[in-house]
Amino acid sequence: MTESTDVMSPLHPDALEAAVAAAVRAFEGASDLAELAAVRPAHLGDRAPLLLARRELGSLPGPERADAGKRVNAARQQAQDAFDARRAVLAAERDERVLAEETVDVTLPWDRVPRGARHPLTQIAERIADVFVAMGWEVAEGPEVESSWLNFDALNFGKDHPARTMQDTFYLGGSESSGTVLRTHTSPVQIRALLERDLPVHVVCPGRTFRTDALDATHTPVFHQVEGLAVDKGITMAHLKGTLDAFARAMFGAGSRTRLRPSFFPFTEPSAEVDVWFPEKKGGAGWVEWGGCGMVNPNVLRACGVDPEVHSGFAFGMGLERTLQFRNGIPDMRDMVEGDVRFSRAFGV
Amino acid sequence: MRVPQSWLADVLGDVPPVDDTAEAFVRVGLEIEDVHRPPQLTGPLVVGRVLEFEVLDGLKKPIRWCQVDVGEKVRGIICGAANFAAGDLVVVALPGAVLPGPFAITARKTYGHVSDGMICSARELGIGSDHAGILVLPPGSGEPGDDAIALLGADDPVVELNITPDRGYCFSVRGLARELACALDADFTDPASRVAVPAAAGDAWPVELADPGCARFVARRVDGVDPAAPAPWWMQRRLLAAGMRPISLVVDVTNYVMIELGQPLHAYDAARVAGPIVVRRATAGETLVTLDDTQRRLDPDDLLITDDSGPIGLAGVMGGASTEIAGPGPDGTIDVLIEAAHFDPAVIARAARRHKLPSEASRRFERVVDPQLPPVAAERAAQLLVEYGGGTLAAGRTDAGAAPVRTPVTMPLDLPDRVAGVAYAPGATVRRLTQVGCAVDLGTAADGHAQVVAAPPSWRPDLAQPADLVEEVLRLEGYDTIPSVLPAAPPGRGLTGSQNRRRAVSRAFAEAGYVEVEPFPFVGPQVWDAFGLAADDVRRRTVHVLNPLDADRAELASSLLPGLLDTLVRNHSRGATDLGLYHIGQVVLPHADPVPMPDPDVTRRPSAAELAQIEAALPAQPVHVAAVLAGDRETRGWWGTGRPASWADAVQAGRLAGLAAGVELRVTAAALPPFHPGRCAALRVGDWIVGHAGELHPKVVEALGLPPRTCAMELDLDAIPLTDARPAPRVSPYPPVAVDVALVADARVPAADLADALADGGGDLLEDVRLFDVYTGEQVGAGRRSLAFTLRFRAPDRTLTSEEANAARDSAVAVAAQRYEATLRA
Repeated sequence: MTESTDVMSPLHPDALEAAVAAAVRAFEGASDLAELAAVRPAHLGDRAPLLLARRELGSLPGPERADAGKRVNAARQQAQDAFDARRAVLAAERDERVLAEETVDVTLPWDRVPRGARHPLTQIAERIADVFVAMGWEVAEGPEVESSWLNFDALNFGKDHPARTMQDTFYLGGSESSGTVLRTHTSPVQIRALLERDLPVHVVCPGRTFRTDALDATHTPVFHQVEGLAVDKGITMAHLKGTLDAFARAMFGAGSRTRLRPSFFPFTEPSAEVDVWFPEKKGGAGWVEWGGCGMVNPNVLRACGVDPEVHSGFAFGMGLERTLQFRNGIPDMRDMVEGDVRFSRAFGV
Repeated sequence: MRVPQSWLADVLGDVPPVDDTAEAFVRVGLEIEDVHRPPQLTGPLVVGRVLEFEVLDGLKKPIRWCQVDVGEKVRGIICGAANFAAGDLVVVALPGAVLPGPFAITARKTYGHVSDGMICSARELGIGSDHAGILVLPPGSGEPGDDAIALLGADDPVVELNITPDRGYCFSVRGLARELACALDADFTDPASRVAVPAAAGDAWPVELADPGCARFVARRVDGVDPAAPAPWWMQRRLLAAGMRPISLVVDVTNYVMIELGQPLHAYDAARVAGPIVVRRATAGETLVTLDDTQRRLDPDDLLITDDSGPIGLAGVMGGASTEIAGPGPDGTIDVLIEAAHFDPAVIARAARRHKLPSEASRRFERVVDPQLPPVAAERAAQLLVEYGGGTLAAGRTDAGAAPVRTPVTMPLDLPDRVAGVAYAPGATVRRLTQVGCAVDLGTAADGHAQVVAAPPSWRPDLAQPADLVEEVLRLEGYDTIPSVLPAAPPGRGLTGSQNRRRAVSRAFAEAGYVEVEPFPFVGPQVWDAFGLAADDVRRRTVHVLNPLDADRAELASSLLPGLLDTLVRNHSRGATDLGLYHIGQVVLPHADPVPMPDPDVTRRPSAAELAQIEAALPAQPVHVAAVLAGDRETRGWWGTGRPASWADAVQAGRLAGLAAGVELRVTAAALPPFHPGRCAALRVGDWIVGHAGELHPKVVEALGLPPRTCAMELDLDAIPLTDARPAPRVSPYPPVAVDVALVADARVPAADLADALADGGGDLLEDVRLFDVYTGEQVGAGRRSLAFTLRFRAPDRTLTSEEANAARDSAVAVAAQRYEATLRA
């Protein structure tokens, strides 16, 4: 075996030993995992002496190559072992000391941006819409400033019928006969739905409504209703009852149900008041007045171009403020109206 | 409508206990307002006769020291009232009695005497609201010492009902008793049928019906009525229980018959009526002094009762003062002319509303009174006046006009079953319709199916179509027999795009720390002044509320900001300092030249043109979203100081709404009140302005009492087009190359424009432009500023070289340099 002595080959045992020693020194000198990672490429990286040495192997004849290969592999393993050992030590140290030092008080608050919230009326309106959408119904909407024709006439309120004055209407424009009002109920959306949609129609209409009641604990001139309307062939009052019962269970729990009492509304015949059995009623489970309902008056169907001999329908409506009042135990209506952030925040997003 | 149990029992024979009566009413569709239980009264409560009294001297008010015969002895009683005379029968609570309150009666010393009991008023006894004086019983009502509790009817509960507009006939004992009989399946004899109406020769008074608003007018006359005769105690007691005050025999009789049968009556002093009675409309300029001594200017739509002197009554609403029962005539008596008429309900409703005179009569007439009642009611009243007023019935009876003819209603026999979804027992439909008073015929329709032909009773004008008959059957069979069946709706399409979008926007704001509020939409023009809007600003064009609750806020808001700022101020005044509020709602924007609102026929579907005109006549009502901010947007804490809310938060709120709605809004500088002219942004979709955001003008802050530097944003959600990310973007798996550039340009060049220039020049490789630093100062010179951007480049198909990235950067910078004379910062 002849050796060149001018420059020591990287495959020379001394050179390999020196490289290993340098690597061990560097690894031992690293004081944390970051430093260890930083020195690693110089000793175990692609351009480190121990890896460059491998490239030289190719120039050696067969038998020598085998020997030198073993030596290089052993040296590299030594350096790798030194790295792994040091890393284990540093990792253990980090786990024991450094992480302990980095301990924080996790109970410190981080409420840099104040909490937001959606109004409970929005939330209950969405909840109701979801209940009905899940049954295959759709959500219909209409304008708050409405024509008297849609708010009254098409709903079978005679021009001078006392039922019209019972609605405590806000009249708009120059005179009571200008033909526009702030809608007194969401029922005009029923008419819009029947005029705009193909039969059968199953819609639920949440919305803001207006009556000239002064604001107090149980009244507000601006309030919200949700209206339901189903028109199809063969719709019966039993279907109305079934829908209301399903609605009640969705809103007030499996133990809830409804009860109908005869009543009067111009746009339904027969008409009924709806009471709901509220299991969590204050002072014990009981009936609570919830809304009105009935079978769509044939006159209403006619005004919408629907033949009452062929189709029938039911409609119902509830006040959302009232529903929230008893469902969530809100004694004063004004809390829902005044917009105090402390009230809405309790209901979350 | 208040009805004592005893009066119902009088008609029906027997009625169940009051709670069961109320429950039965509810079952058939009457609404119970209240149940007034008998007052808590325990005796001894007796009838007494005032034998004599002495008025005590030297007191602020006249106090009487009375000697009262109470049967077992004569007692001395102090009394503060003065509406009685020696010999009058009164009600005395003896020591040991307890009046409602509870108020225990003892013998006590007062005004220098021992008062051995108390003489009572109707209110003290809990049987009425009258407290003007003590209760004086009509002569012959009882003897001293008689138990007064039963005599007074103080053991009689009263049911108070809300009468729905379709049930005018329930404004009477007659109607309520019929309903109760139906509910209880009890026998019923119509009280109207108990009144004998004998044939009468000739007219009681000449009457001419000159307007179709009065279909029928019946008159009857009782001459020689003693004006001093009181109504009998039983009648007064029932009026008290019904919530009315006994006044005089004539008034009490007309009221009594109205409550008993439902027919409003009017009594004229016959001596004061001049010539024939004519029923006609008013002519322009006519006036009438009504019974309440108010002079009323009449409208040509008003229906009048007139005589030779002119108007003597506003038909169906209120009588005139000139023909009111006055004092006795020369012979010490009065001749009473009784009117029982049938009026068009709409005419009466309009008149009562126009003159703001809702009376007991108009309330009944506007709900339609049984047109067969006038002769019966007039007869009943006349008989009572004869019996209790000592009058004589004049021979004639006027019966002008006739009851309108009703057409029978035909319906398939099984319609009630089909509407209810119930198979009723055979015969139920006929039985129930008969029970409410219909004359029912069974027949066969042309198609061979069984049908019912029902002639509705005269007192049920609301039974006009098959659905009305259906309701009668269903409510009397009981709604509780209707089963619960969930119908199967066809597959729905879910929420619409705009409904989903509104939810997304709402959630985005709540999650960003804003609290949703629901302010009222009412504003006054003064808020626009506070906003500093120009006289011709379109937002001043608002819809006017004719009858506002607050005269200062008689307009519908054209912007959500006034309501939000009100709510901000309220919260601020309640101690909340860091506030972010939002509201999503309709605003009302009237058209410059509104078209008239049409009034289509309701018996058919409106034409397309009519529907289009309705929409055109309504104001535009787009859904807006708005937010207001004050105080700190990020609060002070252990991490350091707070960060005040600023114009930038308001603009970001606009961007947030846009992103939640699915578009990236473009922001440009704007100057629009109520915003700070240098801190106002227009929010755009493309070039289209959809809203504004920024800090409010200091003058606005001052005028509205807002916290300093309040910021706001409002945009029209409906103006943002609904979008859908189609086709979806391809994302490159290759690494990006980021290059920073700092551009120096005139300080007035908007950062967004410079960024747009870089984006335009960066070519297809440019993925993102992000501003990371803004610098003004000596190094860049006055009037100029340096904006530092990171440009991120990426190729879809390869790893980009730095040479490629630099070339793209250079072309990006070149466009910025060319458009805005921007230079690379040295």
